[in-house]
Amino acid sequence: MSELREQIRETIEREPVVAFVKGTHEQAYCGNSERAMQALRAVGASFAAVDVLPDPAIRQELSALSNWPTIPQVFVGGELIGGADIVEELAASGELEAKLDEKLGDGWRNGGGERTVAVSERENPLRIVP
Amino acid sequence: MTAPIENLLRQAFPDARELAVLDRTGGGDHFQVTVVSPRFNGLSLIEQHRLVYAALEGPMADGTIHELRITTRGET
Repeated sequence: MSELREQIRETIEREPVVAFVKGTHEQAYCGNSERAMQALRAVGASFAAVDVLPDPAIRQELSALSNWPTIPQVFVGGELIGGADIVEELAASGELEAKLDEKLGDGWRNGGGERTVAVSERENPLRIVP
Repeated sequence: MTAPIENLLRQAFPDARELAVLDRTGGGDHFQVTVVSPRFNGLSLIEQHRLVYAALEGPMADGTIHELRITTRGET
């Protein structure tokens, strides 16, 4: 397993809820990434965002790891929940909250809000995107 | 523009009760696909969408499909 793939795997396992997106939690550069994050917000879930744009290898290694071809990808408790369509659908049906309860217990409602994290030192999450 | 995608989905899901492909933007590369098939029975949404992605692997890889929205449902 490549070092980057290992770092991605560690991020997925470390963060209770993590969304791999194009952009950051404050500024999505893709409508689907925004839809996925909005679905998490709709149920009040805190999450960490990982921006896949700084390094194309992140997306390649993530898709190899998750067997999921597109961005965004949302993981809860280490498990791939889905992309924008599924996360939106689960949020609307109430199943997203059930999944969060099942995977994370009660704690996810009182989490630390939203932030964007880096999976490796190769990227700088504070970079400016033109 | 939607016919090639619909054909691929019909091949992959010959028993689909409902199968629709919509060009969301009119630009020929943003699509909404809907598939209702007994093939999805008992599968999670993740597994259902993976089957759709697999059916459309070619146009996904060559850029024909720039963005894909998926709605799937099994049958009872």
